[in-house]
Amino acid sequence: MGYCLDKDGFNQVLNEWSKEYIVYAPKLFKGGGNFSDTDRIRYGEIHTVEEIIFDRKSDYSFKEVLLPLSQTLFFFTENMVKEADFPKKGAVILLRSCDLNAVKRLDAIYLENGSEDYYYKRLRDKVKFILIGCEHSFENCFCVDMGTNSVDSYDAYLEFKNGEIFVDNHNDAWKTLFTAHSIGTPAVIPSYVTKNETHVHIPDGITPDIAHSKMWDEYDSRCINCGRCNFVCPTCTCFTMQDIFYTDNGKVGERRRVWASCMVDGFTDVAGGGSYRKKNGQRMRFKVLHKVYDFKKRNGYHMCVGCGRCDDICPEYISFANSINKLGAAVKEVSLNAVK
Amino acid sequence: MPSNEYIPFLTEIRDVIKHTDIEYTFRVTYEGNVKPGQFFEVSIPKYGEAPISVSGIGNGTVDLTIRRVGKVTHEIFEHYVGDKLFMRGPYGNGFDIDNYKGKELVVIVGGTGLSPVKGIVDYFCSHREETKNMTLIAGFKTPKDVLFSTDFGLWKKKMNVILTVDNAENDTTCKTGLVTQYIPQLNFENFNKAVAIVVGPPMMMKFTTQGLLERGFKENNIWISYERKMCCGIGKCGHCKTDDTYICLDGPVFNFVKGRQLFD
Repeated sequence: MGYCLDKDGFNQVLNEWSKEYIVYAPKLFKGGGNFSDTDRIRYGEIHTVEEIIFDRKSDYSFKEVLLPLSQTLFFFTENMVKEADFPKKGAVILLRSCDLNAVKRLDAIYLENGSEDYYYKRLRDKVKFILIGCEHSFENCFCVDMGTNSVDSYDAYLEFKNGEIFVDNHNDAWKTLFTAHSIGTPAVIPSYVTKNETHVHIPDGITPDIAHSKMWDEYDSRCINCGRCNFVCPTCTCFTMQDIFYTDNGKVGERRRVWASCMVDGFTDVAGGGSYRKKNGQRMRFKVLHKVYDFKKRNGYHMCVGCGRCDDICPEYISFANSINKLGAAVKEVSLNAVK
Repeated sequence: MPSNEYIPFLTEIRDVIKHTDIEYTFRVTYEGNVKPGQFFEVSIPKYGEAPISVSGIGNGTVDLTIRRVGKVTHEIFEHYVGDKLFMRGPYGNGFDIDNYKGKELVVIVGGTGLSPVKGIVDYFCSHREETKNMTLIAGFKTPKDVLFSTDFGLWKKKMNVILTVDNAENDTTCKTGLVTQYIPQLNFENFNKAVAIVVGPPMMMKFTTQGLLERGFKENNIWISYERKMCCGIGKCGHCKTDDTYICLDGPVFNFVKGRQLFD
């Protein structure tokens, strides 16, 4: 069902939602960029439509709502543990098609890969997704080639046009709310991009032999293992467990999980000094193949959703899309070597 | 809601068996099903967690053989006396004893690689009639590094045991040399049907499996166990992932046909 709302009407909808949910959307963090006087667009709680950034891509994805950067699992004393409380409110997340496709990837890891993750599940059950339309492709996006430029399943679709908000509502519980605050009921068809400037081609015939390709050597020197590509990626799900204790009472503390990165030193370290994938090229190979090869082997679809944030953020101008496009030559290279 | 797998439970340390200066076995209370080759995430609040293999299964207890190599294990060694441990698990697939029943079996291990397979060795030691022929080849750095030395005495009575060290100095209780040197001495009726378990450092496993294949072992008759960083133990954190496989979920025990395909 389609609705048209003016800003005041939509802000009243947001106000109603805020009683039950925290509403998250891409917003501007003034001065939050990498350098002085630069800003950052990332996800944060919003109260008015004016706070939402519609015309630019967010530097970070929505995933920090479902997977907080640092999440307390439980509190402990020396002989007792107490589970961290449930969040009282659910969440409404405004996100684009690539990111909503990424939710499927997060679910695959946290709800299906082995047993369900307790902390993810309790948040996930209380989340509603609002799709933001993409009228045009942003720089470095390659969602079309990844098949993630559109999505059917959402609670509501929203686009901002000429000062008005157009909504396609799929959530029966919100019907009355939208009806009460709308100024019209036009048919609303979601906008999605059908063409990106950046293209990728994932070749058939990738085998484990591709680990021996020379293509990975380039990244030994180019990549500086900062891990930014992992942190901005909506589908990177890895974390590390950490214990901390309180300085004013050393017997009390908490166990947390914090985001981790397969590109950063220490990710594979084992007790006694062993570690795997020491070279940055090996880490790059692991990450690239996880996104466009081995995740699909396990789950039936690729992990990467083509949002291009990794390309946007890399301080060394490494293009993940280019990495994918080099795989074809690498497949030929290793198959020729096998013949020799 | 699913159960909260991250919350550890308290266990009581029943006994501590000292093997070397840095390797002890902690016998802790545990009621529940557990298999050799599975692991627990053992933790000390404030210091963190570490994945530790099950090295023995008793009546209401499990043995955890721990090497003092990091922050968590250091703390366990310092404060174990009369104390308790937090742990969660067991995780991983473990060894399936049925794979080895009625067959000629060789277990080849290096260093602490003996821990995850000790349950298998113990089982067939007390059920000798369930294997046709059994050999244990265990390699350590020096005689001082030998784990489970009292168990070796019992095992030697029940099976063919080759205990070897890299450097024996003046000790005459052990043979010397790499475990691979003793593969040519295996005397089985039918290498085609014999089964093997290999656990140890990556290089040791590589050359040991190579040696076994040269003797006529079939790839699908060899099992290996991998060591990786396993933060969560339940397939979420990603640290132990290699190719499309999660060592904590799909392993750590693999048939060699699958295991040899994994690449980091």
